[in-house]
Amino acid sequence: MLIFRGGSDAAQLSPEEYQQQMQKWFDWVGELQSKGVYTAGEALMPTPGKIVKKGSIITDGPFAESKEMIGGYFIVKAESLEAATELAKASPDLPFDGTVEVRDVVVFDNM
Amino acid sequence: MQETDTLVEHFFRHEAGKMVAVLTHLFGIHQLSLAEDAVQEAFIKAHQEWKFGLPPNPSAWLMQVAKNKAVDVLRRTSLFNQYSKKFAAEENTTESSIDHFFLDTEIADSQLRMMFACCHPQLKQEDQVALTLKIVSGFSIKEIAKALATNEAVIQKRLHRAKTFLQQHNIQLEIPAGKELNNRLETIYTVLYLLFNEGYNSLKTDELIRRDLCGEAMRCCKLLSEHKAGNKPETCALLSLMCFHAARFESRLDENDHIILLYKQDRSKWNRELINTGQYYMNLSSAGDTLSVYYVESAIAAEHCRAKDFATTNWQRLLSLYNLLLSLKPIPVVQLNRAIVLAETGDINAAIQNILSIDHIEELLATNYIYSAVLGDLYKRLSDLIKANEYLLTAYNLTPSSAEKQLLKEKMNDISRNKN
Repeated sequence: MLIFRGGSDAAQLSPEEYQQQMQKWFDWVGELQSKGVYTAGEALMPTPGKIVKKGSIITDGPFAESKEMIGGYFIVKAESLEAATELAKASPDLPFDGTVEVRDVVVFDNM
Repeated sequence: MQETDTLVEHFFRHEAGKMVAVLTHLFGIHQLSLAEDAVQEAFIKAHQEWKFGLPPNPSAWLMQVAKNKAVDVLRRTSLFNQYSKKFAAEENTTESSIDHFFLDTEIADSQLRMMFACCHPQLKQEDQVALTLKIVSGFSIKEIAKALATNEAVIQKRLHRAKTFLQQHNIQLEIPAGKELNNRLETIYTVLYLLFNEGYNSLKTDELIRRDLCGEAMRCCKLLSEHKAGNKPETCALLSLMCFHAARFESRLDENDHIILLYKQDRSKWNRELINTGQYYMNLSSAGDTLSVYYVESAIAAEHCRAKDFATTNWQRLLSLYNLLLSLKPIPVVQLNRAIVLAETGDINAAIQNILSIDHIEELLATNYIYSAVLGDLYKRLSDLIKANEYLLTAYNLTPSSAEKQLLKEKMNDISRNKN
C-alpha cells in the first residue's frame, strides 16, 4: 500500500526480533489482565451474525479465519482501467467528482 | 508502473480532501459547501490548463489555485457577507495570515479537525462514514454508494443530513480535549475500522474501490497517529491491525478472480514492508492502561502474518487470543472464528458443537452463508459427507458471490468423488 512506501519507520526485523516484540505485547496484556483492567472500548450488541452498532452500518470485522480459511468475500474485479475510463467519461458528473476526475488524470499520465 | 498509476489515480482525491479541510478550517463549517465549490473550481482549472503540460509540482499548483480562490472569496465576502466580520475586523487579514493555513503541518491539522467534525458523536454512524469518505477522503457520491453497497440517493440523503447538522449546530473544526477527546477518538476508531472492514470484507464492490477503502482507512489512521491528539497506543493498535490484513491483499485472489485460501496463499507475495510496519505499530501499541478489541484483533492478524507456512501457524496461541477477544466482544462472528481456530488445534467435534451452540444459530445458518460454509467444511474434515454436503449446499444457495459459489462447488465435487 502506497502510503507506507519509503517510510523509515518499518525496520527489517529478524524472527528473533519479532519474537521479542511479540513478547513485549504479551507481557503488557498479561499485566493488564493481572490488574483486571480491560475495556472493550465500544458498546457492542450481540446480534445474530454481525456487529451492529448505532446507525445501520453492519460489519463482520476483518477475520482471516472465516474469510480466508473457509473462503469468503467478493467480488467482481474492475474489468480494466480502460473500461473504467470509458465508464467515467460517460458520466455527466462534474469533472472533479470522483471517478471522472480520477480516470481523467490517467490520461495526463500518458502525455 | 502500477505504482505510478495508483499514485495518479489517488492524486486528485487526496488533494480534494486536503483542500476542503483547509478552506473549511479557514472559513468555518457553515461555508463547507463554498469550500467544496472552490476546490471544484481549482480542479476544473487544472483540467483546462494541464492539457498543455503538467506543472512541476501539481500538488502545490492546486493548493496555490485554491489559496487564490480563498483570498478572492475572502475579499468578496468581507465586503458582502456577514459571516466574514471576523476577518474584516482583523486588520492584519492579509495573504500572509492566510498563508499560515497552507503550511504542511497546518494542512494535516486541518484534515484532522475535519475528521473530528465528520465523526461528531451526535451524527448517525452511517452518516459519519459517508461524510468522512466525502469530505476527508474525497470520494464521489457514486464511489461512496459503490463502496457501501447502496445507491446514490441514499448517500446524498446521508450527506445532506450530516452537513445540515454540522452547520445548524455550528460545529467548530476543533480538536476536543480531555475526556471528550477520548470519546471522540473512540468514534473515529469505529469509523476507520468500518471503512477498513468494508474494504476487507466487501461482497459487492469492485476491487479498485475495495482497496481504496482500506487505503483511506490506513491513511486517515496514520494521519491520526502523527498528530499529538491522536498519537495514542490504541491508534497504533488499529493501524497495525490494518497493516497486517492489507499485507495479504495481493495473494487472496488469482488472476481469474478465484479465491486463494490461506493455506494455499503464496506467502512470498505478502507485503513484508506492511507486515514490518504493522509490527512497528503493534510494538508502539503495547502500552497504556486499557485493552480494546483492536489490540487483540491486531495480535491475531499478526500471528498469521508471522507464520512461515500454514502448517506451522501457532494455533494454540491464536486460540488463547480468541478467548481473550471473546471476553471483550462476545458476538457470534467471534465465536465462529474462534471455532475455526479450535478445529485447527485438532478438536473438530468441539468446534462444531461450539458453533451449534451459538445463540440464534438456526437464524444465522438460514441467513448468513459463512456459518453453513464453516460447518460444511468441518463435517467434511470429519468425513461426515452427508452433513457436509447439506451445509455446503445451503451456503452455496445463500452467498451472492460467484467466487464463493465456485469454491463451495469445488468442495461439493470433492465430496461426490469421495463417495464413489
